[in-house]
Amino acid sequence: MAFIPHTPADVEAMLATIGVASIEQLFDEIPASLRVKSLDGVPVGLNEMQIGRLMSERARADGRPLCFIGAGAYEHHIPAAVWALTTRGEFYSAYTPYQAEASQGTLQLIYEYQTMMASLTGMEVSNASLYDGASAVAEASLMAVRANRKSKSRLILVPRTVNPQYRRVAVATAGNQGLRFEDVPYATDGGVTPLDALKKYEAEDITALVIQQPNFFGQLEDVDALTDWAHAKGIFVIAVVNPTSLALLKPPGEWGTSGKGADIVVGDGQPLGVPLSSGGPYFGFMTTRMEYVRQMPGRIVGRTVDLSGREGFTLTLQAREQHIRRAKATSNICTNQGLLVTAATIYMSLMGPVGLERTAAASHASTKDLVAALTAVKGVRRAFAGPFFHEAVLLFDRPVAPVLTSLGKRGILGGLDLSEHYPELGYALLVCATETKTKSDIDSYVTALAEAVQAVRAA
Amino acid sequence: MSNVPPDLQYTKTHEWVRTLPDGTVEIGITDHAQHALGDLVFVEVPEGGRTVALGEPCAVVESVKAASDVYSPVAGEITLGNPLLATEPEAVNNDPYGKGWLMRLAPTKGAASAELMAANDYLKLLQTEGG
Repeated sequence: MAFIPHTPADVEAMLATIGVASIEQLFDEIPASLRVKSLDGVPVGLNEMQIGRLMSERARADGRPLCFIGAGAYEHHIPAAVWALTTRGEFYSAYTPYQAEASQGTLQLIYEYQTMMASLTGMEVSNASLYDGASAVAEASLMAVRANRKSKSRLILVPRTVNPQYRRVAVATAGNQGLRFEDVPYATDGGVTPLDALKKYEAEDITALVIQQPNFFGQLEDVDALTDWAHAKGIFVIAVVNPTSLALLKPPGEWGTSGKGADIVVGDGQPLGVPLSSGGPYFGFMTTRMEYVRQMPGRIVGRTVDLSGREGFTLTLQAREQHIRRAKATSNICTNQGLLVTAATIYMSLMGPVGLERTAAASHASTKDLVAALTAVKGVRRAFAGPFFHEAVLLFDRPVAPVLTSLGKRGILGGLDLSEHYPELGYALLVCATETKTKSDIDSYVTALAEAVQAVRAA
Repeated sequence: MSNVPPDLQYTKTHEWVRTLPDGTVEIGITDHAQHALGDLVFVEVPEGGRTVALGEPCAVVESVKAASDVYSPVAGEITLGNPLLATEPEAVNNDPYGKGWLMRLAPTKGAASAELMAANDYLKLLQTEGG
């Protein structure tokens, strides 16, 4: 299906058909006092030449740093075919077309995407994606309130080992809809959520427990024990996962000893073929079990047959959605991030299960090498014991910020300073090395760090 | 013409109420309502033990292109949601006053109930609505 913008003549013909003088008139219903005339702080538009130049200058100012920051967004190698195919005209629209069934190719792609995500997470059904990982956690919390009929409290437990930005977005999105989010502390030795921390909720009505695996510190939670604890009390388990890690780790659909698994699985799909790109756009994913599908937000594509029995694809279970259920829809803020989902689907197709597993294993190996090399530097040690995936927290004997500034001058983004979100950890740095980091990249980091530490000491 | 059995009571929002011999009530949607919705593909009924207020949405009937809430015409405690509808939502289309009932509830003593209509009044309402 081609995406051709309408001409002024088309617009006029449409307006004439419905008997309206101008597009402006369509908005008459909104009182003038509520309408925004101009947006302060938004500069005037630039033409293509101007914006091209501005962006090139900004990109040059960034240089080509070696990036060892993870914390929710991960630099992976993206095969050239991914974006060559994704940016073809047939795919190049960010939305599911409004006449969805006219775009069978787009629907088939989303259907394949859903199949892959359901398989990767070990769940039965996937939606067509959400905005990003953070909003997916918010949507999962709202969904848990609808789906967990046994619980009346609307109380969601969020361990502090969950990405702090996800927590903030969940509170901002769902906090005014009657949901309460309560922090659960982590064990300072292992950097994971201990069962002991949940003991105080033994007698309380809890709607859902969020479990991030690997957690924000990169550490591996005891997901089976946490899931069993929750399920024994009728608490929903919302799994937050990194899709790359699922090539190695147990899928959330199998968490817990009963084999029942998580109830809702969400995460950010960025690691699947989406570049870091200054923080976005990314996409969120969500999968669940069939019994909860009517409470799931977002579009869902199904496979069906037409009148002559030929296979086709269609949007399905639409009675959940805003164009039918209006205010009672499962969500009124969800769209799908079509273009990024296209990239992710092509990425997963090219990588295959073996490629994804090799990426995950290589990322884990890189981070192990990085941690070993950095902790050999005087004054640097690991914050937590226990296994990690492709991130780890390091403790320094001095404030991290000046060290990072100094590394930055040497072309290295050294990691995320945790002092804002986790001041109790002291001088803590979250580092990450994916498969894109070679032995010599790690050597460069170590050399630069030794110099930076010297420089900071001298200063 | 819609089927409106004379022995039931009706609401303006197209639910019907049947008083059972034990004093509990059975609730469903009318033939007119099922016809307006079209073929149902999913029906969500409340679980037994739930307390519902007068006018509270307590069931959802979903067709391919629409989903509607069903409001409780009586305050009380749900004794049973119709288990058949989980697998046979079409029972509401085929037999709205029989196999397609949605829920049974024990009315709260002395609680207000919606203005329930007799069959002939409901028929008049349908005639007014239908034009």
